[in-house]
Amino acid sequence: MDEIACKLLVIGAGPGGYVCAIKAGQLGLDTVIVEQAKLGGSCLNVGCIPSKALIHVADEYDILTTAAAGKSAYGLTAGAPAIDLAQAVSWKDDIVRRLNGGVGALLRKARVKIIHGQARFRDGKTVVVETETGARVIRAEAVVIATGSAPIELPSMAFGGDVISSSEALCLAEVPKRLAVVGAGYIGLELGSAFAKLGSKVTVVETLPRILPLYDQELTGPVAKRLAELGVEVLLGAQAQGVQAGALKVKTADGNAKRIVADKVLVTVGRIPMTTGLGLEELVLDMDGRFIRIGERCETSMRGVYAIGDVTGEPMLAHRAMAQGEMVAEIVAGLPRAWDKRCIPAICFTDPEIVTAGLSPDEARSAGMAVKVGQFPFSASGRAMTRHGEGGFIRVVAEADRQVVLGIQAVGRGVSELSAAFGLAIEMGAALQDIAGTIHAHPTLGEGFQEAALKALGHAIHI
Amino acid sequence: MTEHVVKLPDVGEGVAEAELVEWHVKVGDIVREDDPLADVMTDKATVEIPSPVGGEVVWVGGEIGDTMAVGSALAKVKVGAKVGKEAKAKPAEAEAPAAAADVTPPKEAPAPPAKPAPKPEATPARANLARPTFGAKPIASPAVRLEAREAGVDLRQVGGTGPGGRITRDDLQAFVKQGPTGPSAPGLTPRTGITEVKVVGLRRRIAEKMALSKSRIPHITIVEEVNVTPLEDLRAVLNRKTNPERPKLTLLPFLMRAMVKALAEQPGLNALFDDDAGLIRQHAGVHIGIAIQTPAGLVVPVVKHAEARDIWNCAAELVRLTKRARDGTATRVELSGSTITITSLGPLGAIATTPVINYPEVAIVGVNRMAIRPMWDGTAFVPRKMMNLSSSFDHRVIDGWDAAVFVQRLKELIENPATLFLDS
Repeated sequence: MDEIACKLLVIGAGPGGYVCAIKAGQLGLDTVIVEQAKLGGSCLNVGCIPSKALIHVADEYDILTTAAAGKSAYGLTAGAPAIDLAQAVSWKDDIVRRLNGGVGALLRKARVKIIHGQARFRDGKTVVVETETGARVIRAEAVVIATGSAPIELPSMAFGGDVISSSEALCLAEVPKRLAVVGAGYIGLELGSAFAKLGSKVTVVETLPRILPLYDQELTGPVAKRLAELGVEVLLGAQAQGVQAGALKVKTADGNAKRIVADKVLVTVGRIPMTTGLGLEELVLDMDGRFIRIGERCETSMRGVYAIGDVTGEPMLAHRAMAQGEMVAEIVAGLPRAWDKRCIPAICFTDPEIVTAGLSPDEARSAGMAVKVGQFPFSASGRAMTRHGEGGFIRVVAEADRQVVLGIQAVGRGVSELSAAFGLAIEMGAALQDIAGTIHAHPTLGEGFQEAALKALGHAIHI
Repeated sequence: MTEHVVKLPDVGEGVAEAELVEWHVKVGDIVREDDPLADVMTDKATVEIPSPVGGEVVWVGGEIGDTMAVGSALAKVKVGAKVGKEAKAKPAEAEAPAAAADVTPPKEAPAPPAKPAPKPEATPARANLARPTFGAKPIASPAVRLEAREAGVDLRQVGGTGPGGRITRDDLQAFVKQGPTGPSAPGLTPRTGITEVKVVGLRRRIAEKMALSKSRIPHITIVEEVNVTPLEDLRAVLNRKTNPERPKLTLLPFLMRAMVKALAEQPGLNALFDDDAGLIRQHAGVHIGIAIQTPAGLVVPVVKHAEARDIWNCAAELVRLTKRARDGTATRVELSGSTITITSLGPLGAIATTPVINYPEVAIVGVNRMAIRPMWDGTAFVPRKMMNLSSSFDHRVIDGWDAAVFVQRLKELIENPATLFLDS
């Protein structure tokens, strides 16, 4: 068997793994990365990137349908729009292909050896990779497990046929006439609203009594309102029980059985870490439930074995994995590093978008902190008016005594780009006065950030 | 202008090398003839090496802790460099602790001109007023956090002076430089940081000697109590008459006399065991080492030929040697040649100790604290001045029996002080 020895072996070339490998290569470590599918992982191939492409297409289409229906607030008219979903998908595929190529080029530039195949641990230092040309043994001083996650499959409705996961939803040949979505988390709602805009009759089924259960109701309110405007039916407290004869069987909150006729059933009930088929049983790593337990240096219970990204638990976000990957590469290179981030911003690309960074008011209070909260509504923002997106707000949470910003949340059209400012403020340890004292360019949505800080300080100007 | 190479001189009989323990100069300093250049240490004494010429130091050979051979180059002095009146008479001043240097503007050195004057460090205007935040995540920018991690600083220990207690780069740098400072707010604060103290010079000698003794010699320690009431009475009488010629008597001269007498009966204890050669050298003369605590550490000056000294002479020699040892002026000869040793911590002497034998000797006598204790005299408890002797022996060559006999003999002699002065 072909045998390779290296300093660092990364298993999985998703956003965590490829960043780790590139950084390691840049630091001069002899690095090998193994990927069984395409470079870029779920994020690039079947997640963040392709879904944003589809959402963009849906938003453009929505403008046209609104205009065609004569509902434009500013006199826009259009003929009946049409969409060639296959072409939209191929546009999206081209973006993915370019990014795949980019990841490969960056890895090669950093002198990382890329091996395609399924990796399996033999022991903590040795991995066997089944490649197309046979098995290869890789011996590494350090191994990083970055195998990511996959959509959870419900036993009552296995993927296949008309029951699809988010991956298949991103490459449909045509827009389903009727789409049932199981799970009102961010993936289900992002895709559900996109298809609603593209013309599907969408029904969302959620077992919990509210949508986006990880966010507070103030933030999810505008999203719920918009879903209603888009004609999306949301069944809360309802159990999806199976698919039969082109319909989703549901037990509603009041106990009644209901059949939702659907051409496709999209199941988005969460993601499960990819820890099987890896030979992890050879290592007997400590686990946290299904996730691999890690410490503040992303170290597992076995010396020299690290884990990053979705296999290590929530929040399952690409940018968390990237930061972990970069840190682990530096640790393997012998640099003193440990996880000391103050916040991991998260975004729902719903309509409107939701951004969170740091603690919500409730989270801060339940942690026993005395807080002050400042909120600025976009209905008072000139820029929001001119973008025809007055729904939503920016909210700043700060320590009551020291004024140190603990968390920032926003909901509104186009707020995802504000996440940079929110993250920076928290990471820098900004106090409310820091934000209030920074000139924010006019007219932008960002002014609302400054106003929210001023509001928390008790002297807002524009509200 | 010529360069004069200062070589490490012969610092003592039979000494082939010496350890560099202190530099009094650094490159660029101007020295005058006989200004001290460095201190070196032989296995016993510290010797100051003066500069044989005046000029500018252009090279120094070796770092503190290095062992240098006699005759090797110690420093190079450029002769003919202008030595103005302002030349520092005491170059050692330049090596004042950094803390003092922070506030004292550096003296103007006349040469070399190219050397930039070190920027005087301003005293930090604001101390770290904020209390460190324990447990909570410290508030600091990612750049400051990285800097702290690379400096090995736990930011939770650093007080932040920024808004909301944010730790600024200045806070971190001040912490790195001076450690946690600032007014002590109520409550206790943990300290972090590790001070590295290089084990050099005398401390290294002591460390090596102790390790040698304890690793080679299987010690047996005997603790015996001694009634020193009669001896103390005698001592009081003898000390009552003050005589400028005669020093005050402590207990040690009596103990030395007792040891001389006891050793005459057991010469095997007044010996050096050359374990490499498998040879015990019994000495006719009794040379008693006295373990003395000095500011630099433990040294053992030697009262030579105690058998030929009377009690007053022993006392006088003890006073002289103690003073020289404490001043650091004791010579190599005065610090070597013992055949048996006494260790006494005076009032700190505790109830019992386990003295470490002064290798390659075979016995050491430890003096413990004197105290008045109730003793049973057969009919009643009576107050007695009691003192313990803790004595260790090399069990390879001294059997427990012989050790016990020696200790009992010491006890007998001290408890009956008249016998100390009888010629046998």
